[in-house]
Amino acid sequence: MSAERAAVAERTVHLIVERQDGPDAEPYEEEFEVPYRPGMNVIACLMEIQRNPVNKAGKPVAPVVWECNCLEEVCGACMMVINGKPRQACSALVDKLEQPIRLQPARTFPVIRDLVVDRSRMFEALKKVKAWIPIDGTYDLGPGPRMAERDRQWAYELSRCFTCGACVEACPNVNERTSFMGAFAISQARLFNAHPTGAMHREERLEALMGEGGIHECGNAQNCVEVCPKGIPLTTSIAEMNRQVTYYAMGAWLRR
Amino acid sequence: MSNQRIIVVGGGLAGLMTTIKIAEMGVPVDLFSLVPVRRSHSVCAQGGINGAVNTKGEGDSPWEHFDDTIYGGDFLANQPPVLGMCEAAPAIIHLMDRMGVMFNRTPEGLLDFRRFGGTKHHRTAFAGASTGQQLLYALDEQVRRHEVAGLVQKYEGWDFLCAVIDDEGICRGIIAQDLRSMEVRAFRADAVVVCTGGLGMIFGKSTNSIINTGSAASALYQQGVYYANPEMIQVHPTAIPGDDKLRLISESVRGEGGRVWTYKDGKPWYFLEEWYPEYGNLVPRDVATRAIFKVCVEMGLGVDGENMVYLDVSHIPAEVLNVRLGSVLDIYEKFVGDDPRKVPMKLFPAVHYSMGGLWVDYDQMTNIPGLFAAGECEYQYHGANRLGANSLLSCIYGGMVAGPNAVRWAKNLRKSCDALPESLYEGYRRREEEKFEAILKMDGPENPYALHRELGKWMTDNVTVVRYNDKLRQTEEKIVELMERWKRIGMADRSRWENQMAQFTRHLWNMLEFARAITRGALLRNESRGAHYKPEFPERDDENFLKTTKARWTPDGPVIEYEDVDVSLIKPRKRNYAVSKEATKE
Repeated sequence: MSAERAAVAERTVHLIVERQDGPDAEPYEEEFEVPYRPGMNVIACLMEIQRNPVNKAGKPVAPVVWECNCLEEVCGACMMVINGKPRQACSALVDKLEQPIRLQPARTFPVIRDLVVDRSRMFEALKKVKAWIPIDGTYDLGPGPRMAERDRQWAYELSRCFTCGACVEACPNVNERTSFMGAFAISQARLFNAHPTGAMHREERLEALMGEGGIHECGNAQNCVEVCPKGIPLTTSIAEMNRQVTYYAMGAWLRR
Repeated sequence: MSNQRIIVVGGGLAGLMTTIKIAEMGVPVDLFSLVPVRRSHSVCAQGGINGAVNTKGEGDSPWEHFDDTIYGGDFLANQPPVLGMCEAAPAIIHLMDRMGVMFNRTPEGLLDFRRFGGTKHHRTAFAGASTGQQLLYALDEQVRRHEVAGLVQKYEGWDFLCAVIDDEGICRGIIAQDLRSMEVRAFRADAVVVCTGGLGMIFGKSTNSIINTGSAASALYQQGVYYANPEMIQVHPTAIPGDDKLRLISESVRGEGGRVWTYKDGKPWYFLEEWYPEYGNLVPRDVATRAIFKVCVEMGLGVDGENMVYLDVSHIPAEVLNVRLGSVLDIYEKFVGDDPRKVPMKLFPAVHYSMGGLWVDYDQMTNIPGLFAAGECEYQYHGANRLGANSLLSCIYGGMVAGPNAVRWAKNLRKSCDALPESLYEGYRRREEEKFEAILKMDGPENPYALHRELGKWMTDNVTVVRYNDKLRQTEEKIVELMERWKRIGMADRSRWENQMAQFTRHLWNMLEFARAITRGALLRNESRGAHYKPEFPERDDENFLKTTKARWTPDGPVIEYEDVDVSLIKPRKRNYAVSKEATKE
């Protein structure tokens, strides 16, 4: 073994994980030390704990519980708070993180266990804003509407939202006192209002955005766009939907 | 029978399309998924979906698509269902477009198409390089509509444990476990459709997601469903080697002009273009993978002496790359640190897809009546090697066939599941609960995650690109050893709340059972066909092996039977990608 490789073999990664045995249990910190390997991410560290579930003090413990699936930043499952910032654990590379690496659950959502949180409120919000194209059915009804490639390109950027919840976790206006649905849902409403068929039903989405937990709850902190792992222009979406909502409300008033 | 319900297990493309089709017919669906369906593995598909829409003046047709698919699969697929899929493909693409998928467009605002492996036609519709994600989202949104309308009840975060089979051998429901409360429950249904995806985790690291253990399909195999063509495992030519996973770099990169090369005698050597002048970098995956394997492992010509080759797009303008391949190049940049728009990517093959799966008939029904299967967990559409961008198609098409057939089956039942005794369900439920309790009590020295890593290494080393019978026999022995050691696992987590380790231990056993069938299927198929390659038997042997492998579970290991392949539409001919397809026809 070369000197360089020996040095790598001795290197370790120091993690401090905020754990919690169940929804009503008290949180506690547990430290772990796992062998370092070049290129490893936070997920690889947690997998190492699964293979050798022993904490830094040498005590056997239950392995840390967390959510993940695709490991390539396309499913949105592994969002957690890493060194204070909500982000995907799969793309959090150890080489780029300060140690000890502190892992916490995204507490804006109810904690289930350790780093696992319940994000079902996000899917409920998608129901509320009717984030879909109301097609007539899955029968063979011929081609879809034409769309300019230029419009398609920015709409595609919005469509890459994978419901990870980083924008919700970072938002100061999502808390016990409000029911704000979060930036992602507003951006999805914009996406479907931009589609030629979706636009036929734009009013339904605008009404939802004017209702409880809607766009008026946004305090313009702009944290969402900072933490979005896909670089989705969330604040642009909020501004655009504010405009649509305002025009719609004015129109409704004039029609009275 | 008015209160009929149908269960769909799995919320990827196949499961969601099945659900939509059933709900559209007015029948309520209980939809089970390990994860919120929007996080299913379908999101990982990158390059696109095939359909001979023929908008490029190339004279493409569903029949040409069919011929490419059958030829690419080395003639192991039954032909009629593949033709059905290819004929439905253009309408499926239009349907997904109507659902709002942001497919790339031409200047005229029409759908754009690009090339993929194993064809000469621009046949692949795409949404950037995250087509699977975009298709899945479209179906997820439609299912959410049906959910709001009250026709779909989702059970997200539930693990399928087994099917409930009545005295007549008919599937009447399932047993599943809530992965939070760990409660084991029985669910009645008049038909069950499993769409539980692939099994890449059996190979340790692969391009697959964490949930792709094949556990549900393996549980059904252990209940008597045939496992067809288990040995047909696709190894994708281009992935990023990694510690936690092997990240896919889409074939569409080559479809857009990416070139594979390595250094030979100090100069770049484009070996695919040299060896396969007709298809070049767009040979099918099995061919490209074997070539890269040969260059790296046999010739020792990998980049920097390691098992890697270059995939180069640096000659293509960055604006073009960003619009057509952006998200996949971002993955490389994010995880490796280099910008592929400027420097060539360093990649190696990785286990990617299972062509084999649960045996189904042309109605997508397994050999257990009332139990259907669709998507990667079944075997029907890809023969011995799948063409790129055919998997999204086969998932959606499979769901379109399975859904209506499940409804038809349920409507024709003489006796509804409601008429069956509670004792039938409670018996199954208690058995599964006892199995779980036994896992919680396990108290040995072995760690399930470490055993999994060992299994993965053996399977990857011996049951992938190049297969030798002696190594396959050793692997079988190893799997049996791992099964023994599985019984000596120690449960470090004894919680009855969100216990991932206990669940993984259950999945590991099911992986071992499937691994055994994969290895046995490979051992007995003494020929080379598609992804299955044995240097000791380098030629395809139609006389003995133009047959579907059917593995039947027994407590002492798999028993292999063979079934003739339906080749009624295209006569088998020798595959040769060095020349045009026309030259291979008589």
